[in-house]
Parts: sequence; structure tokens; C-alpha cells
Amino acid sequence: MTLEILMQNIANGITLGSLYALLAIGYTMVYGILRLINFAHGEIFMISTYFAFYGIAIFALPWQLSFVMAIALTALLGVVIERAAYRPLRDAPRISALISAIGVSFLMANLGLVIFGGRPKTFFRPQLFQIPIQLGRIRVVALFFIIPVLTVVLLAILNYIVYKTKIGLAMRAAQWDFDVARLMGVEVDRAISVTFAIGSALAAIGGIMWGLRFVEINPNMGLFPGLKCFIAAVFGGIGNIAGAVLGGFLLGFGEIMLVAFLPGLAGYRDAFAFVLLILMLLFRPTGLLGEKQRVRT
Amino acid sequence: MISHRRLVTCLVLLIMVNLVGVATAATPTEVRIGVYEPMTGAMAAGGQMTWEGIELAQKQRPNVLGLPVRLILVDNRSDKVEAATAVTRLVQKDKVHAIIGSYGSALSMSGGPVAQQAKVPVMGCSPTNPLVTIGNDYYFRACFIDPFQGRVMAQFAFEKLGAKTAAIIQDVAQDYSVGLANFFREAFIELTGDPKAIVGFTSYQTGDRDFTAQLTYVANAKPDVVFAPGYYADAAVLVTQARSLGLAMPFLGGDTLEAPEFIEIGGKDVEGVYFSTHYSADAPITPASEEFVALYKSEFNKQPNTFAALGYDCYMLVLDAIEKAGVVDPVAIRDTMAKTKDFVGATGIITLDANGDATKSAVVLQVQNGEFKLVDVVHPR
Repeated sequence: MTLEILMQNIANGITLGSLYALLAIGYTMVYGILRLINFAHGEIFMISTYFAFYGIAIFALPWQLSFVMAIALTALLGVVIERAAYRPLRDAPRISALISAIGVSFLMANLGLVIFGGRPKTFFRPQLFQIPIQLGRIRVVALFFIIPVLTVVLLAILNYIVYKTKIGLAMRAAQWDFDVARLMGVEVDRAISVTFAIGSALAAIGGIMWGLRFVEINPNMGLFPGLKCFIAAVFGGIGNIAGAVLGGFLLGFGEIMLVAFLPGLAGYRDAFAFVLLILMLLFRPTGLLGEKQRVRT
Repeated sequence: MISHRRLVTCLVLLIMVNLVGVATAATPTEVRIGVYEPMTGAMAAGGQMTWEGIELAQKQRPNVLGLPVRLILVDNRSDKVEAATAVTRLVQKDKVHAIIGSYGSALSMSGGPVAQQAKVPVMGCSPTNPLVTIGNDYYFRACFIDPFQGRVMAQFAFEKLGAKTAAIIQDVAQDYSVGLANFFREAFIELTGDPKAIVGFTSYQTGDRDFTAQLTYVANAKPDVVFAPGYYADAAVLVTQARSLGLAMPFLGGDTLEAPEFIEIGGKDVEGVYFSTHYSADAPITPASEEFVALYKSEFNKQPNTFAALGYDCYMLVLDAIEKAGVVDPVAIRDTMAKTKDFVGATGIITLDANGDATKSAVVLQVQNGEFKLVDVVHPR
């Protein structure tokens, strides 16, 4: 393998990894606060791409506006799902909420099939993102840079929200203990709603980037990215935002390098991701940057 | 005593009801044809196009043996497990007399054994992998098979494009793609006489969206052409990424590229892509082709596609077999279906061989200005 190919593959890995990272953050935030694996996250991501698609296709909005609208609507969707499917189960055993999450995931994927139809749609492709860029012998398009930069910027904003703002404080308090947080005057329900809104908005940004990058969208598209990003979140240490980004990058890199070094095994990259998950759970269940297990009553 | 008499009355009534039931089963009031196709999922376009053709054929010919034909459609969701379930449902719940389907060789291979066990004949529209009919005396098909299709594209690459080397990117989750990739490889090596003519061979899985690593590997191998026999959506995304990575060589594929989605998703990037398929409205073969084209255009107001034509032919083939059998009995239908000879279909003259496969010509199409254009017709030897 020559240096150029390695560099090209590193570029490929960074782009894929940052897409995974964007989605993994949503998983990890919800898990961090509710101890709930939000299996509907992949479907939220899927629906966000359709919001953006229909904004342009039916309402003829300029793409910038359509993207903003899609992000807002998806954030709202996340809040509504939390209200309808998770909040009534707040005091039920954790497994009930998990099953509810799986139910929401199936419901949305099938609703998507009914409403959007089974045949794939073509996402909007503004020329701006497709400008080819030649770096020595490496060829990329503008999107290769936009996606990682966006991921890093969003991570910085998120860190600011969680550690420097009042609502971030409320979120962190709720993470420790709902009841005590409530006694201290923290509006726990509001903190949870905000968490879902932010997580879903990030899923929407990930979805739009996904659409711009891979062009094709369909109602089943949420399943595998959803699972992959769940793996990324666990890998980095579920509940930890920086860990999710790290996990996403490493998973993207790992997949690309597996194909690059062993092209004969290229068809088994999903298996690779799942093996990675199993090994992590066996040897370091808290993930790379995972917090120490703490018991919450 | 009274209760005994009641019991006897009940039994007699029950027997009578049963007799009536048997009597109606012997003289059916309708012919039920089950259809299992991928109406959703990764192959949805293929299933929906096929269904259009089947429905069109039923409109054209709604009766056989003086009985109305009822079509029962089950969506197999592009999923192998669902495909077996769909066939089970058709034979057990709907008690169909014959089955049509399915786009996607893997789906047909998963539904096939179920139909065979239930002794219900199946007419496949476009599953091209040879294993669909081998060892299954209840499975037939109206299309050619992949050893031929692989050779057609290898020959096209070698003779028409002057290719000396090729790289292959297969969809490892699809029997269709894996089979076709291998037949292309064998034929291409044989034609070039160079055992190293395939300079790259790699895979992906249905639904994968990032192909950059595979394409970087292929770019490094510098082949004259790339053969990527995958389904339309995956292939369109693959070609798009290839172009953005600067791969400029011709891309080739199989019949599964023929879907409007391939052009919609791929846009300008898929211009120039070649693929083989079963039929082109630009090259009508039989009187039935012209009739079909006229019918399709008046119904849908657009140029017909291969899969609608094959769906149309399949329905007509099944009705032909039922008519010749003279009874609505699955086993009798199978026997006449196996003897199909010189059937004039929209996609060509269909004669089924011992395996239940048809031997037909292939056409090579190219994407030109956002349309599929005929560039070559290849007849079987």
C-alpha cells in the first residue's frame, strides 16, 4: 500500500467516522440521562432526511431553509416521542422503556414505508458540496471537509451547553438522581426534553449530511446506521459525549481500514463492527472513555 | 336420549357441510395466482415494476378455463426470510394454484423449496441465478440465466470496449451478484486468455452506503473497466462515489441496474454506465412485444421496462399452462408448464429446458442523457 492510498483511506475514514460520530452523540446523551438505549434514534435520523427532502421537493423551499426546518422538526419529533413513549414509563422498570423504544423504532420505520413509499428517493445535491478538491494525488469533494469540521464544531457547542449553561447543569444533575435533582429545584422533565431535542437535532444534522453524501434515502435506512452508531457509542463509553465522537471516528476508521487492507473481506465490515462491540463488552464494558460504573437507586 | 339425537343431528350436519366443502374444492370458482415480489426494501423498484406488468396482463386476460383469475400479492420486503414466509402464506392461507415471483435470485431461492414441498408451481420473472431452478422441479423462469449474462458483459467489455483488465465489486449478500460476478470473471479470463485479467475483486453488502475504501482499492488496481453487478440503489451510490474519487473508467453491471432510481440517484455520474438486460422497447422481438409496448404505454404513459415485460410474460405463461392443463390443479399445471415450448412472449420466444430455464437473447443498454439506450443485442449460441 502506497502512502497516497493510505492518505486517501484516512480521508475516507474521517468522513465516515464523523457521520457515525454525529449520530452516536444522540445515543449517548439519552443514555447518559435516562439510562435508556433509544433504539428509535436511527428512525429519527431517517425521518429527518425525509423532512429535508420534502421541504425541497414539495414546499420548494431553498435548501438552506429546508435543512433548518428539518432540524427543527426533528428536534420536535424527538421531544414528542419522549413525551408519548418514554415519559409514561419513567417509573417503570428500565426494560419497559427499552421495549417501548424498540416499538417506536418499528412503528416509525413502517410508518415511513406507508407514507414515503418503499422505493428510494434521491436527496438534493447542491453543487457547492460536490466541488472536487485535489490534494496531491488524493481526490475528495468539499463534503469530505465539511462533515468532520461540522462534527468538531457541534461537539464544541455541545460541550459548552452541557458544562457552561444552566440547562446543561440541570441535565447533569438529572443524570445523577431524578428525585434529588427535583428536590433541588431542577425541572427534570424539561432537562430530559431538551436532551431529546438536542440529540434529535444532531441526528437530523447527521441525516442531512448522510443524504448529501450518499444521495439515496429510503425508509429502512435508519436500521444499520442506528446500530453502527450504537456500537460507536458503546465503544467510546456510552453516556460520554467525547467518547461517542471518539467511538464514531474509530469505527469509521476501522471499517475503512479493514476494506483497505483486506479487500477480500470487504463484505464483512458489518460483522467486524459487531465483533468489535462484543470484544469491547467482554473486556471493557464501560468503553474507552467510559465512566466508572455507579449505582443509582 | 334427546342429547344423543342432537349429537347425531350435529354430526350429520357437520358431514354435510364437509361434503359441500369438498364439492366446491373440486370445482373451483376462481383461479388464484399468488405473486411474491419485493414491494418494499432494497429491491422495491424491481418488485413494483414487475407487478405493473402482471396487473397489466391480468387486465388483458382476466379469465382462464371460463373462470376469473384472482391475483394475490404478498410483499416479501426484499428479505430472504420474508420471501419464504410469503410463499408459505400463499400456499397455506390463500391456497393458490400457481405462483409468480420473485425479482431477486436470493428471494426466489428462499421461496422455492417451500413451493416445491407444497407442490405448487412457480414461474420466476427475473431471478437469473442458475441455482433457482436446479434441483427444484416446481420452479421455472421466463428469463435467461447468469452464466449467459456474465458472458454477455465479459464479451462486451472485451470486444466492444477493448478491455484487457477488469475489477469486480460484488454484493456479497446477494446470490445474484456473487453468481454473476463469478460468471463474468470466468468468461473474461477465458476471452482475454490472461489468468490475471481480473486485477481487483472486492465486495460490499446490500444497503452499504460507503464504498470509498473499495473504490480506492479498485482505483489502485487501474482496471480498464469495473464490473459491479449490484442492485440499482447501491450501484448508483457506488458509481457516484467512484466519480467523486476520480475513477473515470467505464462501469458495467447486470439487469438489476434497470430502474428509474438508478438514473435519479446517480444523476450525471451514471452517464455512460453499461448493463445487460432482458429486453428493450427499442428492439421489439415478437408481435407480442409490440402489443405489450402499446398496451403499457396507453396504461402508464411511459416507456416500458424489462421487469414489467417479464411480469407480463410470466402471467401469460402461467395462464397458458393452466389452459393446456385443462384443470385448475397445481400439479397438473406444473406438468404442462414444464413442457412450455415456443411461447410467444413480449420478451422473446420462450422454450423451457430440462431445468425449467429459458434461453433468450440479451440486450446491452447504456445510460445516455438520463435514459437507457440500446447499444447491443446478443443472441445465445
